[in-house]
Amino acid sequence: MSTAHQFCTFYLNHLLFGVESLKIQEVVTYREMRPVPLAAPAVSGLMNLRGQVVVVLELRRQLEMPDRAADVPPVCLVVRAVEGTVCLLADEVGNVVEVEDDTFEPSPETLSARLRSMILGVHKLEHQLMHVLDTDQACEVAAASQGQASGA
Amino acid sequence: MKTVIAMNDSDEIVKEFVVESYENLDRLDRDLIALEKNPNDREILASVFRTIHTIKGTCGFLAFDKLGAVAHVGENLLGRLRDGQLALDREITTALLAMVDAIRQMLASVESAGVEGERDDSALIANLTRLQRGSEAPAKTEAPAQLKTAVAAVGAKLNERTAAIGKAPSPQVEVAKPVVPAPPRETAATTAQSDSGEAQRAPQPGRGQSSGVSVSDSTIRLEVGLLDQLMNLVGELVLARNQVLQFANSSEDGGLLATSQRLNLITTELQEGVMKTRMQPIGNIWSKLPRTVRDLALACGKQVRVEMEGKETELDKTLIEAIKDPLTHIVRNSVDHGIETPEIREAAGKNPEGCLALRAFHEGGQVNIEIADDGAGLDQERIRSKAVQKGLITADQVARLSDREIVNLVFLPGFSTAEKITNVSGRGVGMDVVKTHIEKIGGTVELQSRPGRGVLVRMKIPLTLAIIPALTVTSGGERYAIPQVSLMELVRVESGGNRQRIEMIHGAPVYRLRGRLLPLVYLNRELGAGSGAAAPPNQPENVQANFAVNIVVLEAEGRQFGLVVDEINDTQEIVVKPLSKHLKNISVYAGATIMGDGKVALILDVVGVAARGGILAEGREHAAAQAADAAEKGAGDKQKLVLFTGRAGAQMAVPLQLLARLENIPGEQVERAGNQWVTQYRGQILPLIRVSHALEERRRAAGGDTLKLPTTDMLQVLVLESEQQSFGLVVNQILDIVESTLQPQSPATRAGVLFSSVVAERVTELLDVPSLLRTRETYEPEEFPPPERRDMNAEHVNADRAES
Repeated sequence: MSTAHQFCTFYLNHLLFGVESLKIQEVVTYREMRPVPLAAPAVSGLMNLRGQVVVVLELRRQLEMPDRAADVPPVCLVVRAVEGTVCLLADEVGNVVEVEDDTFEPSPETLSARLRSMILGVHKLEHQLMHVLDTDQACEVAAASQGQASGA
Repeated sequence: MKTVIAMNDSDEIVKEFVVESYENLDRLDRDLIALEKNPNDREILASVFRTIHTIKGTCGFLAFDKLGAVAHVGENLLGRLRDGQLALDREITTALLAMVDAIRQMLASVESAGVEGERDDSALIANLTRLQRGSEAPAKTEAPAQLKTAVAAVGAKLNERTAAIGKAPSPQVEVAKPVVPAPPRETAATTAQSDSGEAQRAPQPGRGQSSGVSVSDSTIRLEVGLLDQLMNLVGELVLARNQVLQFANSSEDGGLLATSQRLNLITTELQEGVMKTRMQPIGNIWSKLPRTVRDLALACGKQVRVEMEGKETELDKTLIEAIKDPLTHIVRNSVDHGIETPEIREAAGKNPEGCLALRAFHEGGQVNIEIADDGAGLDQERIRSKAVQKGLITADQVARLSDREIVNLVFLPGFSTAEKITNVSGRGVGMDVVKTHIEKIGGTVELQSRPGRGVLVRMKIPLTLAIIPALTVTSGGERYAIPQVSLMELVRVESGGNRQRIEMIHGAPVYRLRGRLLPLVYLNRELGAGSGAAAPPNQPENVQANFAVNIVVLEAEGRQFGLVVDEINDTQEIVVKPLSKHLKNISVYAGATIMGDGKVALILDVVGVAARGGILAEGREHAAAQAADAAEKGAGDKQKLVLFTGRAGAQMAVPLQLLARLENIPGEQVERAGNQWVTQYRGQILPLIRVSHALEERRRAAGGDTLKLPTTDMLQVLVLESEQQSFGLVVNQILDIVESTLQPQSPATRAGVLFSSVVAERVTELLDVPSLLRTRETYEPEEFPPPERRDMNAEHVNADRAES
């Protein structure tokens, strides 16, 4: 028996990622943000989202990918994480896809533990694999790495 | 009418009691109904018991005897229910509800007339008592049927009791009624009783309302959460207002401009209004302290009197909550450790009754709270040895600490000097917790101890946390906000000027601010941001040569330091937004805010910045501490002195702490006002006193050419502050600022001088500044030179110099 899930997809370094659509509050175009000196590398800065100060995380850095080319404006996925609203930067937004449980496969052991905590696994779509991102974990890790940074 | 309470005396208390009790009763209704459905819910039962208990307790306090009597039997019954000796059934519930109604009626009467009213509740009381005794019958089971027989068994006893209570209808009447009437009917019965009696004063609900708005109508209780939400919304509104104003100011549209001004005004008023809803007088938490103190004093065998000043000082509700525990802790400490036993006090020549003074007042957008005792003060030796013994600090470090720093060691975690652990204090979880709590809400706490005279703990608490005035600065191309509270002054060091420069102490940049070295922290460097206008500190030459340097002088934990920023923008009210978890552990930020243009700015945490810049850790700057202590220290301690020459080239000195500024004032700017020479200085009128004149001429006959102020020369003036007055001391020449041990080596030879000592290899007279001030007032008038002689002043200076 399988249940259908709706995923918002986006691209990071040419890989397809998906986040459960319920977790996504909105997608906004990239706007100027306020860098925060001394913050963890994954923290891009702070953004004014209709009067709310939202922290912006660079997903590429979170997922240990090379930085995006400077001339490519990212998109902001505003997600509801455990500790409030967080904005995640991705390269490009894709479609909303519906998948069944039976196409899912967990991440292989060859991924590092840290990555496995964020990438729950993949859905085998027709043409490519969609990485399932756990947004709570993706936001969580930044806090933890920040703790190490300031502790060092 | 012994139950009459003078309304004006305890008006407030009664009001509060009524409002609170109404709420409690409403809850009681609900709880009782819920309880009836689910008699074994111990939680509800306990809540019901507590509610009745509270009402009873307050009644006793306010001398509402009848109310208290009803609540008392109700409590007894509930007590048995709670202890499981009795099970709740419909009859008991009904009786309890009847009690609730009776209490409600009495409250209505209290509210409108101030008294419970003449009424007879003995039937109710008897019923409740009967129910309570129900289980004392031999039968263990508590089915209603058996209960009734049990009741009959104790009928005789009840008779006695009710007789004692008063003219009650026969309890048998009640017992005989197997079907308990429904609550409304019961109420009607009691009301009827009271009406038929001499109950003239018992008001009908309608009557009570006609006489004016009742207390419970004019006040409402709100969830603090709702107020928080309102506050947040107002915060948003303030931001939107700022943005609108910015647009409007750049627009030509007069209508828009007018509207935005109106918006501005309304927003400000709304903001104040909402802030006010959250304000509470500090008396709310103080009121519990006398009791704490009394109990403690009794337990320790001490006599302590509590004095309070500024009870009505208001601060934000959340802050009130936050300082409650620290405050209690400090008070407990003062009574337990600070104030001595009456015997010791008498032996020391003090009043055997110790005094604990609480003081609160607003100052500079902050609330100051002082807790002072007149006890023994802190034993510095013991603090020293204790700190070393506990390994909090090494013996070497201790030796280097100033008195003030030693005293503040008590704020270190794990510190306690109590010889024995009492139940009051001494577990070593004391002052450090106080400090963390206070600092968490953006406040500061410091401690001053005077041996034998007591301890003063001073807390500075921000009025509110949500909206604060702040200075915005730019560094590395980004804007930062600095809370105005920590801001001391702004200094701009112009490029090229070589008089006031940034100097290096072994690589650490400092700036001479009025003769004192101010350590500098470069914001760009601390934040690792891009290089701005302020040069890296290892190239001080660049700083002077090419750039003007903006220094924001800040104070963190009693230490001053200069924060070098690229640009100083302006001050404005900002709405503090908390930082998300990702950024919370970066100590240099206190939060974020949104500026008028919609951009995000970070709020700097001054203590965090200071710590990062090494200001607090290394303790480079002792000057502030020393200045504060200098007044209390003996002459044997090191002091900073301003050296100058008076007439005849004699070297004199005044303590640096009295000095506000060194100024060169052109002679032309000296004016005459009344009987004094004065000059306009920073928008104020500054009286001038000539040191040579004040000291020497006093003994000579008044008059002669020595009385004039030169009008053409540059005057070297020390702007001094003493006894809340500023005045300028005109000296011949300012020499230096030195730190020296002041040992009176020769007594004063003339008035106005404290003593003579050798400073910088020369005999130096230390001036007695307050006495100079006084002499000015007494003798200045008669010796004023006539105005027409002012032209001779120039020669006078030369003559003066020639003499030396």
